[in-house]
Amino acid sequence: MTAKKRWDVWTGITIGIFLLYVFFLLYPLLTLLGKSFMDADGKFTLAAFEKFFSKKYYYGTILNSLKITVTVTTFTVLLATPLAYILNTVKIRFAAAIQILILISSVSAPFIGAYSWILLLGRNGVITNFIKTVFGFQIPDIYGFKGIVLVLTLQLSPLVYMYVSGALKSVDSSLIEAAESMGCTGLKKMFKIIGPLILPTILAGGLLVFMRALADFGTPMLIGEGYRTVPVLIFNEFIGEMGQDDSFAAAISVMVVLFATTVFLIQKFISSKKAFTMSSLRPIQAKKEKGVKGLLAHVFVYAYIILAMLPQLYVVYTSFLNTSGKIFVKGFSFNSYQIALSKIGDSIFNTFTLALFSLGIIIIVAILVAYVTIRRPSTLTNMLDMSTMFPYIVPGSILGIALLVTFNKRPFLLSGTAFIMILAFAIRRLPYTIRSSSAILHQISISTEEAAISLGASQLKTFTKVTLPAMLPGVLSGAILSWVSILTELSTSILLYTTATRTMTIAIYSEVLRGNYGTAAALSTILSVITIISLLIFFKITGKKEFSM
Amino acid sequence: MSVTINFENIIKKYGEITVIPNLSLEINEGEFFTLLGPSGCGKTTLLRMVAGFNTIEGGSIRFNDQEINNLTPGKRNIGMVFQNYAIFPHMNVKQNVAFGLTNKKIPKDDIEKRVAHMLKTVQIEEYQERMPENLSGGQQQRVALARAIVMEPDVLLMDEPLSNLDAKLRVDMRNAIKEIQNDINITTIYVTHDQEEAMAVSDRIAIMDKGMIQQVGTPQEIYQRPDNLFVATFIGHTNVLAGTLQAKADMVVLQIGGYQLPLHHVAVKTSSESLKKVQVSVRPEEFILCESPDNQGIKGKIASSIFLGMNTHYFIVLETGEKVEIVQQSTIQEIHKPGTTVQLRINAEKINIFREDGKVSLMKGGSEYDS
Repeated sequence: MTAKKRWDVWTGITIGIFLLYVFFLLYPLLTLLGKSFMDADGKFTLAAFEKFFSKKYYYGTILNSLKITVTVTTFTVLLATPLAYILNTVKIRFAAAIQILILISSVSAPFIGAYSWILLLGRNGVITNFIKTVFGFQIPDIYGFKGIVLVLTLQLSPLVYMYVSGALKSVDSSLIEAAESMGCTGLKKMFKIIGPLILPTILAGGLLVFMRALADFGTPMLIGEGYRTVPVLIFNEFIGEMGQDDSFAAAISVMVVLFATTVFLIQKFISSKKAFTMSSLRPIQAKKEKGVKGLLAHVFVYAYIILAMLPQLYVVYTSFLNTSGKIFVKGFSFNSYQIALSKIGDSIFNTFTLALFSLGIIIIVAILVAYVTIRRPSTLTNMLDMSTMFPYIVPGSILGIALLVTFNKRPFLLSGTAFIMILAFAIRRLPYTIRSSSAILHQISISTEEAAISLGASQLKTFTKVTLPAMLPGVLSGAILSWVSILTELSTSILLYTTATRTMTIAIYSEVLRGNYGTAAALSTILSVITIISLLIFFKITGKKEFSM
Repeated sequence: MSVTINFENIIKKYGEITVIPNLSLEINEGEFFTLLGPSGCGKTTLLRMVAGFNTIEGGSIRFNDQEINNLTPGKRNIGMVFQNYAIFPHMNVKQNVAFGLTNKKIPKDDIEKRVAHMLKTVQIEEYQERMPENLSGGQQQRVALARAIVMEPDVLLMDEPLSNLDAKLRVDMRNAIKEIQNDINITTIYVTHDQEEAMAVSDRIAIMDKGMIQQVGTPQEIYQRPDNLFVATFIGHTNVLAGTLQAKADMVVLQIGGYQLPLHHVAVKTSSESLKKVQVSVRPEEFILCESPDNQGIKGKIASSIFLGMNTHYFIVLETGEKVEIVQQSTIQEIHKPGTTVQLRINAEKINIFREDGKVSLMKGGSEYDS
């Protein structure tokens, strides 16, 4: 460690990036905070908060959101933990394929799942109608609380699965063997040994699910019907037909961010008390289970993966159906694709252009941030590190509003531009790449850099010739995750887009709202193919079969 | 070109914590000098101060007459070999070795020549196109060494370079390092916590503890005439016994239990008549085991024994209650059974006597004994 603070090129870079964060993230968030305490004339008032708590119509959304997030988080943990445990300890046929399918099911946009479930289980859904005609009874409908929980649980459980799976891989099998040799077996072993070891990881995965479920906008919008959650309320108040109330939307946002921050801090606190560092030389091996045990394991895994993949597969299937107006009719063709490409083909181009620019920014900033926070720890880099993690707790729609209310007048008139979209994408998806870049930098011994410096290389040359090439694989693996999540992002872009910057997810969403399911399905399928190709590239680069978000 | 390295009143602090309080040392030109000590003693810290990766909070380090305190690492003309080798993983062997030369804007032909020569010196020319991941630990070590030496540095710094190798390779590599260092005759500072390794390669060794130098000397001096009890116990294995010194007419008598031993090379004022309490360091091989007790030695009982082939070790409880380990060349006779009463004599010439607090040696050449 160099104790003396040297002013060098890295100090300048740190300050530069920090100022960017202050201007494009902290300043908008503070503006939003200010806005929530201001009336139209800019005077201090608590009117917005009073309004919120005066009607159940408003504060009820917080309770709804809370119910949804807690239920979804609990369900994902209960579903994904055994899934990860089984796939890591029991030999399952086609396990490799299943792992890839779990990943694929996690990277699609949640609202696509929502609309597909409507097609399947909705009032006029395929399964609903099938059961009605064959068995003659009406199954309960899917809308509202149930539907949101179903969609989000299936959508988000892969996150917990990946976290827990990663943790299980770091448990050395000698720990298990030691426990067994002391007479601790079966369920006792699971609860006494494995449970405590992976608990911090389950909590971390749960937190991520909690934040995602809290922030998700598309799912409750489509399948929630009357069941309104906070992001829906914020969106309606800010954009909605009932007239715009910036101050009110800001006030709700502030409360949501406070709430999310509290949950985040609680999770951090618990995790820090229970965290272990483990490294396993001999990971737990999947064993062949015979009889009922093996059968149940297979049934559980296959049932899960079928449920998880069903909506996507159905979307792909419907994309090839003929349509007549808004209704699917018999026969297959590429008609939906033709319509989709001619009507909203520009959204594909927009998505790629915006995503590529964002990705460029993400890669550069992530590399630099990872480098200065790890190699030059100081108060400033700590603050920078914290700023970059804000997007974890600030839901996308809130960031979108913050940017809009801040940059809506000269000299910083950004609303409606492509730049504000790129900015939002970059800020929100930077954490993935920063994390993967930091992770790999931790593994690169600092002595390689010292070796280069002692051999006469300058600081910049050391960085570009020695550090950067070694970092690249890690940077790329995070960048692909950022890329995929930009492609499927909706909650921020729905606020920021104009017709000129409409992306694929926005186009799909609008088509679904209009009832043009054919074109929506075609576009969704194209989006899925693009994300799957991106994932395959990810596997190729990293040589891994999984990733952590 | 090789240099003399001069440390003058060096101070190292990490925040409020002083790691090296005040250290002075001179390393001769072309010398193979080792910093040896337990982990946390400050040896690596000191090495990194020479390299320029640690700041210097006080005093000065000079190469010949040039102070280097404020030079950046790249300007000090040092070569450094790291504990984990720090080979650039994305460059092949040749590119690794050539890296430093390319920074110096040396003509390509020159670089080629010097790299080729260096690869030959460290015997890895057949691997020059390989990537580091396809090299064994020993080969990586040679690349690291070649990369440092090819720069023709004034000083070669090595930070526990062998600690990641297995035992056999470690012995091979330390011989190789010593040979190469001899050939190019470069001033070398070597850091290790392995005393055998230090003995094997060094011209001189500095024993460090708690940021202070305990003794500087050749391997032989340090082993045979340690300056204090810390050095005596840190280097090799030793038994520490309580004893008394009494000055008589023209000699000094050491008494351990009932055993009296006249000594001739102790630095004690002979005028002093009174008994002085001392600590005696007796290495296992400095005991002589006698089977037939004749009252000329310390009585003891064998507690246990270990047969190690060439030598046999005995653990003996003395009549004073102290437990000692002695070593004997194995004989063809049967090993003494536990419980056997034996008598130990001491090779008076080799043992070391320290003041009661263990801080000062009372052997001649050390400081005078003073009550």
